[in-house]
Amino acid sequence: MNDPDRRVLRDDFPLLARSSHGKPLVYLDSAATSQKPQLVLDTLDRCYRLHNANVHRGVYELAAEATDLYEAAREKTARFLGAPSGQQIVFTRGTTESLNLVAFGYAMPRLQPGDEIVTTLAEHHSNLVPWQQVAKRTGARLTFLPLLPDGTLDLEAAEKKINPRTKLVTIAHVSNVLGTVHPIRRLADLAHRVGAALVVDAAQSVPQRLVDVMALDCDFLAFSGHKAYGPTGVGVLYGKREMLQRTDPLLFGGEMIDRVELTDSTWKDAPWKLEAGTPPILQAIGLGAALDYLSGIGMDRIHRAVQDLTRYAYVSLADLEGISLYGPGPGTERGDLLTFNLGDIHPHDIATVLDSEGIAVRAGHHCCQQAMRWLGVPATVRASFALYNTRADVDRLVDGLRKAKELFQA
Amino acid sequence: MNLQDLYRHVILDHSQRPRNRHALANALAVRLLNPTCGDEVTLYLTVEQGVVADASFEGVGCSISIASASMLTEAVRGLPLSEALVLSRAFRRLVQGEDADVTKLGDLEALSGVRQFPARIKCALLAWNALEQGIRGEPDEP
Repeated sequence: MNDPDRRVLRDDFPLLARSSHGKPLVYLDSAATSQKPQLVLDTLDRCYRLHNANVHRGVYELAAEATDLYEAAREKTARFLGAPSGQQIVFTRGTTESLNLVAFGYAMPRLQPGDEIVTTLAEHHSNLVPWQQVAKRTGARLTFLPLLPDGTLDLEAAEKKINPRTKLVTIAHVSNVLGTVHPIRRLADLAHRVGAALVVDAAQSVPQRLVDVMALDCDFLAFSGHKAYGPTGVGVLYGKREMLQRTDPLLFGGEMIDRVELTDSTWKDAPWKLEAGTPPILQAIGLGAALDYLSGIGMDRIHRAVQDLTRYAYVSLADLEGISLYGPGPGTERGDLLTFNLGDIHPHDIATVLDSEGIAVRAGHHCCQQAMRWLGVPATVRASFALYNTRADVDRLVDGLRKAKELFQA
Repeated sequence: MNLQDLYRHVILDHSQRPRNRHALANALAVRLLNPTCGDEVTLYLTVEQGVVADASFEGVGCSISIASASMLTEAVRGLPLSEALVLSRAFRRLVQGEDADVTKLGDLEALSGVRQFPARIKCALLAWNALEQGIRGEPDEP
């Protein structure tokens, strides 16, 4: 996919036609949330107009349609991830809820004092804070895989760190702050060798690269709909069949029950026992449309194109005097985002200058305070790329950064 | 949206050459964090007979939060605590886009451009929140 192709894809995203502060919008914050293609907007509109009903209960035609569409979205998600069955897909509110479900529904009931939960210091808060809580409540210990200076895993150290006390390894596929791509299959093998489960935060990888849960051999995998060009309010937890069976519900009520007595009840099978209450029906259907959109272009093609753009951005930014780029350097695989600082200009000031030029980037700690401490900086700027970004967007970013240097004489 | 309104000369000057940026011994210290961006300010105040005898700060932050803290330390020195609170309220009104009595604000008026940048108002107020907390007696040891 070359740049002219990407300009055509850009037309699929109506929001990108708007301006910001009187200038054409350059949206470089897709790692926070992606924009939505027309296909998703049309699907939501059509379903609200024609197919809206609650699922799994009505006997009327409309309810059957809504249920079919919702369950079809589950099947689509399973196919998209290479999962053998839709029954291995739980719809949640997002990655955070998916990871909390694993932490409290799967891990907490089986962890003992002295057990170890292994993670890294570059996780998003959503893959750290739930584990801190589970560790506190069970007496398990949280341990951290060491990172090399470029943010990649020290695999030799990881082999020692993942030991017979390890019950669970939890890690991002692609780091939202450093852009590191972690060797998930290798970690799965290390975890399984000691009988531990591997949990993958795939929020940053599913939207931009082919993720095959069978090839990764992960036990659980979580991602958010809204970062994958779908609606907000829906997320996914994939689990191996027996792992989902062994996961306890955290929410109880309608939809998830089998038989209700006065003082006790029984649950449905997974995934439905983990979806109490009315689920995010239309959001899940919208996510299914987003995955259709991605499959229609081809994840390999998307991945190559966005990687090409990220490399172009890396080289362009590296040319700026005073820039510090964090994470893997050229020649090492990285996700589709760049995290950086420019001289001693505070990231918020950079983001404000860029904002005045119509360029949206993220400035701050990116829900990753512990990674900021590791980098030794209070905050950074992050520009993240998606299939609709072009080299012209990167050029505008570079011009904006030059303007910031000029203003702050950095 | 005008960048020159936000980054006026006096603000760039205070952010690049902050005044009174050091710890103060035997002072009341209030440390506040801005959790959304990681900015951090510790404000030191010494008070003698109800008057701010000295003020200083330490911390890391964007040009707006550092300039605001720097200007605060100059503005409150020598003020009775009650007047420091009046100043703080006037400044708060100014950056939030409400009518404010600017006569007492002096150079602080330069931060009025923040009004156009809603995401940055909290940067301008960080040190002032510390001031009000310190005066009202909810100290937070650094």
